[in-house]
Amino acid sequence: MSRLSDHHVIVANDIIARCPRPKSALIPVLHLAQEQDGYVSTDAMEHIAELIGITPAEVYGTASFYEMFKFEPVGKYCINVCTNISCQLLGAWELLEHAEERLGIKSGSTTTDGMFTIEDVECIAACTEAPALQVNYRYRYRVTNEDFDALVDDLRNGALDDEIPPHGTLARVRQTTPDNWADTGRRAQEAVDAR
Amino acid sequence: MSESTDDTQASDADEDVSADDVDAAVDEEVTEEPEPEDDSIKLIIDGVERRVDPGGLVIDACNEHGSYVPHFCYHPRMSPVGMCRQCLVEVEGPRGTMTVVSCMTPTADGQVVNTATPAVKRAQEGVLELLLANHPLDCPVCDKGGECPLQDQAFSHGPGESRYVEQKRHYEKPIPISDLVYLDRERCILCDRCTRFADEVAGDKLIHFVSRGNNTQVMTFPDEPFVSYFSGNTVQICPVGALTAKPYRFKARPWDLDQVESTCMGCAVGCRIVVQASRDEVIRYQGVDSDAVNWGWMCDRGRFNFEALNSDQRLSEPMIRTESGLTPTTWNIALDAAAGVLRDALATPESVGVLGGSRGTNEDAYAWAQLADVMGSSYRDAQVGDGLPTGILGYPRATINEAANASTIVLMGPDLKEELGVLYLRLRDAAEKRRSRILEFSATETGLTPYAWKSIRHEPGAQSAAVAAALSDEAIADQLAAGPVVIVAGRGNLAESPDAVIAAVDALFDAVPEATVLPALRRGNVNGALLMGMAPADDEHDALATLQAASEGRLDVLILVGSDPLSDCPDADLARRAIAGVARVISVDTHPTASTQRADVVLPASSFAEKSGTTTNLEGRVTDVNQKVTATGTSRPDWMIALDLGVRLGERSFPSDHPLRGAATVDDVTEIVASTVEGFAGASHTEVKNTVDGVVVPAHVPRATSAGFSPPPRNNYDYRLVISRKLFDDATGTQMSRSLANLAPGGGLYLNPLDVAQLGVEVGDDVTVTSAQSTVVINVAGDERVPRGIAWSPFNQAGASVGDIVDAGAGVTDVRIERAG
Ligand code: SF4
Ligand code: SF4
Ligand code: FES
Ligand code: FES
Repeated sequence: MSRLSDHHVIVANDIIARCPRPKSALIPVLHLAQEQDGYVSTDAMEHIAELIGITPAEVYGTASFYEMFKFEPVGKYCINVCTNISCQLLGAWELLEHAEERLGIKSGSTTTDGMFTIEDVECIAACTEAPALQVNYRYRYRVTNEDFDALVDDLRNGALDDEIPPHGTLARVRQTTPDNWADTGRRAQEAVDAR
Repeated sequence: MSESTDDTQASDADEDVSADDVDAAVDEEVTEEPEPEDDSIKLIIDGVERRVDPGGLVIDACNEHGSYVPHFCYHPRMSPVGMCRQCLVEVEGPRGTMTVVSCMTPTADGQVVNTATPAVKRAQEGVLELLLANHPLDCPVCDKGGECPLQDQAFSHGPGESRYVEQKRHYEKPIPISDLVYLDRERCILCDRCTRFADEVAGDKLIHFVSRGNNTQVMTFPDEPFVSYFSGNTVQICPVGALTAKPYRFKARPWDLDQVESTCMGCAVGCRIVVQASRDEVIRYQGVDSDAVNWGWMCDRGRFNFEALNSDQRLSEPMIRTESGLTPTTWNIALDAAAGVLRDALATPESVGVLGGSRGTNEDAYAWAQLADVMGSSYRDAQVGDGLPTGILGYPRATINEAANASTIVLMGPDLKEELGVLYLRLRDAAEKRRSRILEFSATETGLTPYAWKSIRHEPGAQSAAVAAALSDEAIADQLAAGPVVIVAGRGNLAESPDAVIAAVDALFDAVPEATVLPALRRGNVNGALLMGMAPADDEHDALATLQAASEGRLDVLILVGSDPLSDCPDADLARRAIAGVARVISVDTHPTASTQRADVVLPASSFAEKSGTTTNLEGRVTDVNQKVTATGTSRPDWMIALDLGVRLGERSFPSDHPLRGAATVDDVTEIVASTVEGFAGASHTEVKNTVDGVVVPAHVPRATSAGFSPPPRNNYDYRLVISRKLFDDATGTQMSRSLANLAPGGGLYLNPLDVAQLGVEVGDDVTVTSAQSTVVINVAGDERVPRGIAWSPFNQAGASVGDIVDAGAGVTDVRIERAG
C-alpha cells in the first residue's frame, strides 16, 4: 500500500542511527511499517530497503521468516486460536469452528468489514489455561464459545479499545532516543573502525 | 560425470588413482618419510597419512586426496555455510569421534578423518533421504538430469529407498525470476549457492531465501526480477535442476553434449570455458575454474552470446556487389574480385587501410598484419578510435591476480562492470575481502564505486588534475606508498580524448614509479591483435587517421576484418564520411553489419567455436581457443582468408619464402607467431596447450607518451558529455542472440535529477542535444550517479545515435541541452 509516512521516516532514521550496522534496525523498522498499515506492504519494504541501504529482496527475505509480519492486509483484530495438543484436548477445534461460524469466515481469512482475521496457530505457551487464544497477541484463557461471542461484541463496540490496540501496534508508548544519544550507532561504528 | 561442471578444474589429469598407486602410497608410509620442510600439516584420512597446506577445510583435504566427500552447498569459490549437511565425515578428537560437516571444519595437524565408516555412510544416507523427501524426481524432464550432483550422489551415497510416502510439497513450476533464468522451487534443495553467489560474488542481492521451515524458498522481491549481469552462473552452480537458463532449456541431454575447452572471446578478460555442442550446434558455454582468470565465472553476455553463432543471419557465402546489390558467389570469384580491387589500389602507395583483427585469434590477426605488411599499408588498427593508444601495453604490466592482490587498485577508465564483467567480479572480491583498496577516478559513478575506498569524481578530461589533487592528499599518498599499486587503465569516455587517460596514468607513474598497469581495453583479442602487428605505427595511421584518409578520398580500399566503424567508432560522422568516401570496401565478417551493407566484396568468416587458435587477454595471457562445430556455410577463418588474398596480389603477394606460405593448419601459424613475434617465444602451440592457465607474454611495445592533457574551459550553460558502454548494446553478438537482444537498455541521456529539474523538462521528455558537431534528439532520464553539469549517454544503443555529436578531434565534448520542439 504505502511507503512510510514522514513521521515514521523520522522514527525509522532514529532507530537506524542507534545501530552500529544499519541492517540491525530492520526488524524494528518493519514493525513500524506494520503499525502504520496493519501489515507490511510491498511499497513499505522498498522504502525500508532504501532507508537501510539494502535490497528489497533482503528485506523481504528477513521479514518473511517471521509469522508475525503480515504481507497482506489483515483485520483490525487478528485472533489466533491455538490448536495444539493441550488446547485441542480441551476443545480448541470446537472453539475454532464456533469462531468461524460466528464471524462467517474460514480460518486464515478476514471479515469483509476488515475487523477480524482468524488464524489457527501452534502452541502459544498457555497450555495450563487451555483452550487459549490471542487477540493481537493479547491472551484470553479457558475460552468458551460464550466468551468468544462476548469478546467479539466488546471488540466491535470499542469496550476493549484501551487494552487492545489495532493490529500492528506493538506498544503505545514509544521509546525515544534522548537527544544526546543521536547517532549512537554511527559513533559506535566509528569507534570500532578506529581500532 | 561424477561432479557438476561448476567444480570443473581446468585439468583432471590426476583423477583416477589406480590400485597400484594406492599400494605404493601405503608402502611409502612404512619407510618413514622425513618431516617436510614446508609448513604443511599432517592428516590421517581414511587411514592414510596425508600432508596438506594449513588453513584449509577438511572437505578440500579429503577431496584432494582421493577420499571423495559428497556435498551440495559447498563451493570452493564461496564461503562455506553448512547448509546441506551432505558432507558429514567422522573426525576423531579429544572428546571422541564426532560426525562433523567437513565443509565447515578446519584442518588441524594430526587430525584423523574418516569418510567411509558405517556411521558416516548412515549419516550421509539419512541426509540424502531427507533431501529427496520433497524432491520431485522429475529427472526425465530436467535439464540437469545426467549432470546432476543430486542424482549422482543419490546413486553413489544414497540409501536407494525412501521411507517417505506422504504427499510431496508442490509449487508452480517453473517461474521466471529474470529474462534468462527460471526457478523450479520443487527441485530446490536450499543449498544457498545461488543466493550466496548473488550476495558474495556478484553483489546483486536480488534473490533471497524467503519464508521459513517447510515453506522456505528462493525468491526475488515481488516485481523485482533477478537482473544481474552474472545470473547465468547461478544456473551453472545450482547442484540440482532448480535453476535453468532460458537459452539452454530442453535443448539437449548432458550425455549428448560434446565439449572442448576454450577461451571466451566476448571481451578481453578471456574467461576459460567449455564449449558444448550437440548435433554440431553450440548450445552452451560453462565457466571453467582458472585460478588466474575467471574462477569459474562468466558474464551473461559471454555465456549466452553463442546464440549469435547459430543465428540464421550468419554470413555463409561470399558476396560481391553487382547491379542488383550484394550477390552470393563462389570463393574464387569473390577472392579474385577482392584481389583485383587491391592490385589496382596498390599501384598507389598507402591507398589501402586495414581495420580490425580483435574479433579473431592471434593467428587471424597475425596473417592480416602480415598481409598489410606485404601491401605496404601503414593505415591499420585493431581498434576503431574507441580505445587507447597501443602504448598503454608498454607500461610494466600487471596480471589479474596481481591486481586482485595489490594494496591499491587505481581505476582510471571504463566501468568494468559494463565492459569487462569478470574482471569486475575479481576486483570487487579483492575489495570486499579487504585485500585491496580501490581508488577510483571517474566522471560518473560506476559499478565498482560502492566498493571503492575512495571514488574521485572529475570532469571529463580532467583526470590529470584529479590525480594531482589526490596525490597531495595525505591519506591517498600514504595508501599509494603502502604496497603494490596496480592501475587499471582504459577508455571510460568515448566523448573525450584518450590522451586524458594517458596523461593521468603518467602522472600516477611519476608519483608511484613501481606501479604496474592492467590495460582495460575491451574487445576480445584486441591485445593479441595489437601485438600481432595490427597496431598502427603512429597516430598518423591509426583508425581515426585511416577513416579521415578514407573520407578525404585518399584511400582506395578499406578492408574491414570484423570491424564495423559505422557502429563502433565514437565519431559517427567521421565513420560515415569514411565509408562513403572510400572507393571500395572489402568486408570480412561473421554477420551482416552496417558496414558490410556498404561493402563491395563480403568474405564470410568462421566464428568463435568454428575455428581454433590462440588468443591474448588483457594481461597478455595466451590461451587456446578451440573449434567445436563445423563452420557456417563456406566460411573460412580470417587467417586463411588473408592467405587466400595474399597469394593473389601478383607481385605484391606473399613472397615465396614468407613463412605463411608454408602454413597448412592454424597450428602452423601458431608456431610461426611463436618464432617470429617478439615476446611470443613462450607461447608455442605445445606450451599453450599444456598449461592450465596459458602463458603470459611480455608486450614489446614502447610505452605511451603523453604531452599532458588539460580540458578546454567550459561555460556554465553547457554540459560536458560522457559516452560509455553498457554490457548489452546494439553490437552484433548481442543483437543476434535472441535471449540477449532485448536486454540492451536503449538510448537515453542521463542527467543529475537536479539538472533535469533545472532544465525544466520531465524525465522521459525528448531534448535536443547540440554539440559543435551536430544535434541529436534524445530521451532524458534522471540518474543520481551522474554529477551535476555532466550528461551521460550509453554508446551504440538503439534509438539514439549519440556518436553523431562526438568530434573525435576535440578533447572533450560540450553540449547544449534544450527541450525539444
Ligand atoms: S535454486 Fe539451486 S542453487 Fe539455489 S538454493 Fe536451490 S538448489 Fe541451491
Ligand atoms: S567477462 Fe568477457 S571473457 Fe568473461 S565471459 Fe564475459 S565476455 Fe567472456
Ligand atoms: S497447546 Fe495451546 S497454548 Fe500450548
Ligand atoms: S557441503 Fe557441507 S554442509 Fe553442504
